[in-house]
Amino acid sequence: MTTAAITVEGLRKRYGDVRAVDGVSFTVERGEFYGILGPNGAGKTTTLEITEGLRRPDEGEVRLLGESPFPRNPALLRRIGVQLQASAFFEKLSAREQIHTFASLYGVSAERADAMLETVGLTEKAGTREDRLSGGQAQRLSIACALVHDPELVFLDEPTTGLDPQARRNLWDLLRAINDEGRTVVLTTHSMDEAESLCDRVAVMDRGRVLRVGAPADLISELGAASLEDVFLQLTGREYRQ
Amino acid sequence: MNTKAFTSLSKAMALGMLRDRTAVFFILLFPLMFLLLFGALFKNESTPRVEIVQIGRVEVLDSLPREAREALDDVLNVRKSDDRERALEEVRAGDVDAVVWQDGDRVRMRYSAADPTRAGNARVVVDSLVQQANIAATGQPPAYELSAGQVEDESLKAIQFFTPGLLGWAVAMSAVVGSALTLVNWRRKRILRRLWLAPVGAGSVVAARIGVNVTLALVQTLVFVGVASIPFYGLELTGHWWLSLPLIVCGTLAFMSIGLVVGARTKTEEAANGVAQLVILPMAFLSGAFFPLDSAPTWVRTVSEVLPLKHLNEAMQDVLSRGQGWDAALPVMGGLLLFAAVMTAIAARLFRWDDA
Repeated sequence: MTTAAITVEGLRKRYGDVRAVDGVSFTVERGEFYGILGPNGAGKTTTLEITEGLRRPDEGEVRLLGESPFPRNPALLRRIGVQLQASAFFEKLSAREQIHTFASLYGVSAERADAMLETVGLTEKAGTREDRLSGGQAQRLSIACALVHDPELVFLDEPTTGLDPQARRNLWDLLRAINDEGRTVVLTTHSMDEAESLCDRVAVMDRGRVLRVGAPADLISELGAASLEDVFLQLTGREYRQ
Repeated sequence: MNTKAFTSLSKAMALGMLRDRTAVFFILLFPLMFLLLFGALFKNESTPRVEIVQIGRVEVLDSLPREAREALDDVLNVRKSDDRERALEEVRAGDVDAVVWQDGDRVRMRYSAADPTRAGNARVVVDSLVQQANIAATGQPPAYELSAGQVEDESLKAIQFFTPGLLGWAVAMSAVVGSALTLVNWRRKRILRRLWLAPVGAGSVVAARIGVNVTLALVQTLVFVGVASIPFYGLELTGHWWLSLPLIVCGTLAFMSIGLVVGARTKTEEAANGVAQLVILPMAFLSGAFFPLDSAPTWVRTVSEVLPLKHLNEAMQDVLSRGQGWDAALPVMGGLLLFAAVMTAIAARLFRWDDA
């Protein structure tokens, strides 16, 4: 039997008095497109960062592709690709120089890096410096940098936040293509149409807990709602957050 | 260590720095401008010759044998004139140091006290000429004779002082600012986190940053020494001058460790740069990088003992122009490395992965 791509068991993480993550468990199957939904401050990013191995949980266990991300495990790091919420680019470097730098960290050839730039449609912008890329171009470059070493498992933290509809739709096509190649994709978002359009299953989170897990269509029918957005509002309430 | 990762990270850091024009100016060109300027300003700093005006015939000056006259030319410049009133005017105005004329057997001299040292020099020179003439007039051999010989000149010329001082300041700026800004920028842009998630060891990342800074410091050293050695500035290097290179490497590590402490706790590049300058500039003054500490109060000299730049500065003077070797350099290198180790340990305790 092949192991699941991700198993997370009983994660807890506190910052002072705040329980950022309060008993989160979920499983992502191989090849699945999995969404983590929740309002601001629900604990999505902390959950994702613990799962990636960036933070140690106070309690709980994480398995990525059958291995533990703690302590830091370089062999496992080669098999996962991560796009952080803020675009982590080296200052004053062009798009091509960024992806070449990341490629060499993984021992990947420059040709493969250029091909990846082509895949995300940035060949024309290869010579442009990071600070002169548009929001959508920066997101695509950031995703290209996460994918340059051909990872089996990809984490994307709010990849379409702040993009215009055109850039968003193009990025969705790109993400679908990544998933169709057989990669497992985990993304966080608070865009319900994004989750509905892309994800095989979603986990709705709030206040550090997972409230519900299921395929978007199943959740809609289970709760008798009109859309995933209604499901989300039914589960998390309507008061303002942060 | 992963060579490919090391090379590409070094390249990324070097490009990031060289493309930042403001940083290049302040870190690389600014100190060099000071060297060019100070070197030219203080080039002829030695005390100028005493200038006197001679009115009419003055026996003690006119009857000097030629070789005595030539020896005197080094310290005394005599101009002849017939107009005593105008010459006295010149003395009052400070254009010449004294006027000398002869009145029967009396050699008369008028000087201005505007510059006491120069006035004193003028008096002493003329007085000694008069005394020599007196002895010669007695027809007796002199009772005492002065036998003088020259010793090796060990005092530092201006350029020998400014080259190591300004170079140390330049290297301190590039190393402290370089490591502090990289740390803050990489934390703020989450490159630190991103690198944590890439299969590269901390060793490659740290080695790349050190490699870039050390290379930069060595280039700065060669440029400074090269510029100071052109005949216009006239820095003369002594035997073990190349020991300045390992000294600069150790100094760079010490300054980078200061940068790590600064970068460990500051949150923005602007704050890091400000704090770095707040450390570097007083350190440079207290270390005698801009002017000698010989006449500084005792407490300043006590404080300067703990500053790495002070020790680097002195050791650099020793090996660059005082002809000293390993004896002067080795203890300083050891001290600089120890300083770097202690500061790095402090930085590691203060270090944070994220802003919040």
